[in-house]
Amino acid sequence: MTGKRIVIVGNGMVGHYYVEKLVALPQQFDITVIGAEPRPAYDRVHLSEVFSGKKPEDLALTSREHYQQLGVSAHFGDEVISINREAKTITTSTGRNFNYDKLILATGSYPYVPPIPGAEQPACLVYRTIDDLGRIRAESKNAKSAAVVGGGLLGLECANALQNLGLQTHVVEFANGLMNQQLDLRGSQLLRRLIEELDVRVHTGKATRRIAAGDDSRLKMEFADNSALETDLIVFSAGIRPNDNLAKSANLEIGERGGIVIDYHCRTSDSSIYAIGECALFGNKIYGLVAPGYRMADAALSQLTEEKVAFQGADMSTKLKLLGVDVGSIGDAKGNAENCCSFEYANEKTKIYKRINVSADGKQLLGAVLVGDCSDYDNLMQYYSNGLELPEQAETLILPSSSGAVTLNASALPLTATICSCHNVTKAQIVDLIDSGAVSLAAVKTETAASTGCGGCAALLKSVVDAELSMRGVEVNNHICEHFKFSRQELFHICKIESIQSFYVLLRKHGQGRGCDICKPTVASILASLWNDYVLEDKHVGLQDTNDTFLANMQKNGTYSVVPRIPGGEITPAKLGVIADVGKQFDLYTKITGGQRIDLFGARLNQLPEIWKILVDAGFETGHAYGKALRTVKSCVGNSWCRYGVQDSVSMAIFIENRYKGLRSPHKIKSAVSGCTRECAEAQSKDFGIIATERGWNLFVGGNGGMRPRHADLFATDLDDETLIKYIDRYLIFYIRTAARLQRTSVWLDNLEGGLDYLREVVIDDRLGIAAELEQQMQSLVGTYQCEWKTTINDAEKLKRFRQFVNSDADDTQILFVRERGQPRPANAEERKLMELTP
Amino acid sequence: MKSVNVITLCAASDLIADSGVCVLYKNTQIALFYLPAETPALWAISNWDPISEANILSRGILGDIEGELVVASPLYKQHFSLRSGRCLEQDSQRVATFKVELSEGSVLLYP
Repeated sequence: MTGKRIVIVGNGMVGHYYVEKLVALPQQFDITVIGAEPRPAYDRVHLSEVFSGKKPEDLALTSREHYQQLGVSAHFGDEVISINREAKTITTSTGRNFNYDKLILATGSYPYVPPIPGAEQPACLVYRTIDDLGRIRAESKNAKSAAVVGGGLLGLECANALQNLGLQTHVVEFANGLMNQQLDLRGSQLLRRLIEELDVRVHTGKATRRIAAGDDSRLKMEFADNSALETDLIVFSAGIRPNDNLAKSANLEIGERGGIVIDYHCRTSDSSIYAIGECALFGNKIYGLVAPGYRMADAALSQLTEEKVAFQGADMSTKLKLLGVDVGSIGDAKGNAENCCSFEYANEKTKIYKRINVSADGKQLLGAVLVGDCSDYDNLMQYYSNGLELPEQAETLILPSSSGAVTLNASALPLTATICSCHNVTKAQIVDLIDSGAVSLAAVKTETAASTGCGGCAALLKSVVDAELSMRGVEVNNHICEHFKFSRQELFHICKIESIQSFYVLLRKHGQGRGCDICKPTVASILASLWNDYVLEDKHVGLQDTNDTFLANMQKNGTYSVVPRIPGGEITPAKLGVIADVGKQFDLYTKITGGQRIDLFGARLNQLPEIWKILVDAGFETGHAYGKALRTVKSCVGNSWCRYGVQDSVSMAIFIENRYKGLRSPHKIKSAVSGCTRECAEAQSKDFGIIATERGWNLFVGGNGGMRPRHADLFATDLDDETLIKYIDRYLIFYIRTAARLQRTSVWLDNLEGGLDYLREVVIDDRLGIAAELEQQMQSLVGTYQCEWKTTINDAEKLKRFRQFVNSDADDTQILFVRERGQPRPANAEERKLMELTP
Repeated sequence: MKSVNVITLCAASDLIADSGVCVLYKNTQIALFYLPAETPALWAISNWDPISEANILSRGILGDIEGELVVASPLYKQHFSLRSGRCLEQDSQRVATFKVELSEGSVLLYP
């Protein structure tokens, strides 16, 4: 190769990042990598996952082969022992020499082991590399307990690893609180409580004086306050120290307390040598996070390009899950800035603590602490990193969104927030439009195309437009369309009170015109929620979206998808075989869904009855994937198989899915059941989620994944089976009765006056005195459930509707497929043109 | 008496009140909508949705927008006038309309 010779010493995350960026440059370089560890770079941040099921290989960021393909000469398990700066050569421990034009030191750091007598024993280890994990695992074989020295970020990560090994885990911290660097006192105290609930014992304010032989355990830690802790294993994770010996021996400038001194360009005192990552000292500071290391690599790399980037220190904001506890820290977390003003929100019940520190003029976010709930992190980071001006009442940013501030949602969104991601429409564009005279949702949609892509943002868009309009004094009506001067909730009440069972009766008595594709399906859904009529009754047929009419989801080429119900995600091999047979017989595209079932795509209208006949005969029911109805109840495998499970989550999920299947509602409803606090079923992102506890079930409500994720609120704890079902019955019917059209539970709850507390009063305390009525309505719906497909395939009249043409048995010849990865998919416009040319 | 070039498409009993069905005439797919409360009660437009590029209009929901009878595309929800075939949201798009009639239990097409 003809390019410059660049040698990178160290193949950790930052060193590897530099290599990847370097090979992506247009110039050619002669690149050499020398790593002291026996393996190529791996993800050190997720080291603890090796003890919870991941293999060391899973952490790999690259491989020898990959480097080979990139033309990088890489040497692992060898250490650079000296640098000859005059000759520009380096020598390794195996005696190899390499020439360089530029030398990059990415030697990283090593764990600090305090000078404690007895710390050199074999059962005293460190936590930094995959090899360290091997040693910890070996020592843990004969151990029952382990202690981590250090209650910072790394220490708690390590505690997680030890607990995953099944050891009784202790955390010993010299300071008075955990994560002192990132958290304030209250945040740190709550973190401690949450971690102790997970059975990790925390000891703070403990200076270890000596490590001696234990009486009952292998070791005994003797503390300065004369107390002691017996443990079989000790792991030091009390901070890092830069690996700067190589630089020191080459007489590069080193900081007083270690670290290779670098400038803005990450240059050391020798302009041919750079240092990046945890070995480097910038502004008298070592940056012990990976992101700043990457920024250093960028700066060093830019020296080889036209556009020079400077490293000017880095933000140490971080969001992570420690032992399953959400922790976030942004900027000036402790509020050290002069005259700064803090807002705190603490909830002892749900165990959440949030704090924001705001500039004296109230306009800038200086820092934040989040413990127990990090859902506000991204939003706060937007304010912090972009210097956005805070809303007048900055505290609303951390108050629970269900606390009754109805307009909070839309108006609290920063102008830069993307509302429609399909057409990339920001709130600013919408506000501009309204400022220049747009006075309706339709006008905004026409001008910006917002919500005309996937349509997923329709509800959000409407609330942004409504909020902006009402801020300008424009009266916003909540009429569902031009045919009814009522909201969905009002229509629901009218139908219920007047016992109305047909759209046309409702239209005649309370509406005008002929109806449309907005009000017809809305009323059909209300009628189904109230009376549970078979949706294909003749009087309902014209009211339904095609998906409801044909009990399948229409896809972009006019074909349909078929989704059989697989309650709780549990399925026998025999039933799987039936699905496979159907897929093969009708040549359907098959895909696993996020809700633990199987989606079969590409069925023609006239094939649907035949497909469903086979499925129904094999014992399948419709999955209601086409309806605004209960979709899936996802589950983890629970305590029948999982060693961590505390309840039978699968049985509960199946029970719940069977109870609420087919329930028609303002929008789709999803649920999940997790068998323990590890929450593998992701129940907290569901409309209602259930997490097992030692004593029963915790019920969460109002969660959502999708476009605007919302963490569910903890609604009630430690419920027995019967109470759990009772509360869900009441919650769901209350939602169905009061929500707006196409309003998911998350938005409904955010807009419910009185919020979560009010919901508790209605559902748990029965403040409105309607609990019995709610339960009764649910009972009657559960009692009148029918599988719509089963009903349909047994009715010759209904089956006639599934003809492609009422006057011919021909197929729609304009439905064309191409094959991709062994399966069919709709041909795109270009492919269709070609296929039509060459029949 | 029927004139010579009138075609019988299907039986009236194949229609579904307040909803649509599709018939095949030569290579053309025609969406038939039966609205018993309207005059006339039978409407026909092309089944091809030019915006979605699929044969689906017969499966849309019927209604009116400010008095104009329309069908909503089941995929992207644009409205097409049953009278003129015009798309209410995109003026440039228009679908073919057909002259049809209900007579003695049959649906007739005047091609």
